[in-house]
Amino acid sequence: MFFCDLTNREPVTSLRIARQPQILDSEGFELRKLLSRVYLIFIFILLYAPIAVLIVLSFNNSRTRAKWGGFTMKWYVSMFQDEVVMAALFNTLLVAVLSALIATVLGLMASVSLLAMKRKARNVILSMLNIPMLNAEIVTGISLMLIFIAVGQFLSRWGYMIEFGFGTVLIGHITFNIPYTVLSIMPKLRQINISTYEAALDLGASRWLAFRKIILPDIMPGVLSGFMLAFTLSLDDFVITHFTKGPGFDTLSTKIYTEVRKGIKPEMYALSTLLFVSVLVLLLIFGRGNRKKSMTGLVRI
Amino acid sequence: MKKKMRFWLDGPYLIWTAAFIIIPLLMIVYYGLTDKNGAFTFHNVMEMGTPERLKALVLSLLLSLLATAICLLMAYPLALILNKMKTGATGFITTIFIIPMWMNSLLRILAWQTLLERNGVINQFLGMLHLPKLYIINTPYAIALGMIYDFLPFMLLPIYNALQKIDVNVVNAAYDLGANRFQTFWKVIFPLSLPGVISGITMVFVPALTTFVISDFLGGSKVLLIGNVIEQQFTQVGNWNVGSGLSLVLMIFILISMAIMQHYDKDMGEETTSL
Repeated sequence: MFFCDLTNREPVTSLRIARQPQILDSEGFELRKLLSRVYLIFIFILLYAPIAVLIVLSFNNSRTRAKWGGFTMKWYVSMFQDEVVMAALFNTLLVAVLSALIATVLGLMASVSLLAMKRKARNVILSMLNIPMLNAEIVTGISLMLIFIAVGQFLSRWGYMIEFGFGTVLIGHITFNIPYTVLSIMPKLRQINISTYEAALDLGASRWLAFRKIILPDIMPGVLSGFMLAFTLSLDDFVITHFTKGPGFDTLSTKIYTEVRKGIKPEMYALSTLLFVSVLVLLLIFGRGNRKKSMTGLVRI
Repeated sequence: MKKKMRFWLDGPYLIWTAAFIIIPLLMIVYYGLTDKNGAFTFHNVMEMGTPERLKALVLSLLLSLLATAICLLMAYPLALILNKMKTGATGFITTIFIIPMWMNSLLRILAWQTLLERNGVINQFLGMLHLPKLYIINTPYAIALGMIYDFLPFMLLPIYNALQKIDVNVVNAAYDLGANRFQTFWKVIFPLSLPGVISGITMVFVPALTTFVISDFLGGSKVLLIGNVIEQQFTQVGNWNVGSGLSLVLMIFILISMAIMQHYDKDMGEETTSL
């Protein structure tokens, strides 16, 4: 691909203007275009084949995923009657909303103070931020489990105890969400013109009022995309939940994990398809502007 | 006044980080280096030396290196193609790579069972075309495939972002000075995209090395990876000391890959700051 214009290259002259190789060798260009189309389609199939399978399975009129028993919509009805599935859904959504909310508030506070910090202190904080993002999830999960056990043992001397369940899972989710909210908010905060804020203070506004009226509206897109990113990550998390949950508390992911051996309930496919489609619809309606931001946040650049 | 204010702002975050990130990691070190009675020992770390666990560790390393290499080979051309597209199209195309993440990740991996089974979707398709069938379910190859599928976006997005940042004028200057397509790529584009490549490599290697879900679902409990070994120590055996000791060994590899990343992009840290 990269060799095609090796042979017919004209000699270098100092007067030549910037060459546009794509236009010059049109035949190679066509072939390259075709190859890249084919490659894109291949990747597309690779990414979407599993999702297509899951959507098809959600309409499968058979309890096992091994064979096709005809088309049905019954799982979409029965999932609302299944108390276990509904409880898992409720837990998943509750943890996702709360952890995203708390992480966004903590992340916002941290971002504001990071901005005012000296360079050295800021770098220390930023590298601490990197820890949960670069570390393996299993290690983060185990470390949280150990601290809860240790604190629980410590408290048991006075008759208190730590129950593994909603609270521990929530703490775990907030912990891995904070860095992503900071990384979404920081860039917006850096673009702020501090003079307008100072002008508001000069005109007699309190710090809080000036922050609310001047700074917050400007950084709102970053705050929202941070929240959305945290919500998504929490919704999809399995590993951290697996290690911080207790018996009797399940999210959709942990429920699926325990069901794998005995066979996944078809309701799970229906529910996940429904969630997937609703997120997609929400994304199409609201997310146009924020999409790219949350994506870049995801890869922390 | 100002100092007090600042404490209230970053105080909660700092306390949170100390309580739920730093101290818990130290707990792993503590549990890993002590026995049940709290006495210092290297025994837990040495537990990694049993043949079964060593096999799991070596297999994990091999599979995660393989998956990382294939991800890189697949993602780089892809990033180049996406980078060539018009900006409007890129927004749309990159969204296509994000959308799958909205489906539950466990179910997405599980769907590969249905695809790869002996009479699965892929084999029925191959049968229709009278091609040789693919029997890789419950083997390490299926696990590698699952890793590539799951982590490809983590390789793609950093490389794509790095390519987007390259100044077109620099590339044009290379052509202008007589470099051919290959030389321009090798001497200009690739070095400039290296931060993205390095970041992509760590973003794929670490989760691939430590996964236990993919091997659980696609290895059919026949293939154990180091993630499975550690997970079982905590959830089934309930020996936190040995589990922590094994995690310490795993953390060495994670630290190595973090150190490589830090070393290669000194200015990346600067970029994160300037974000």
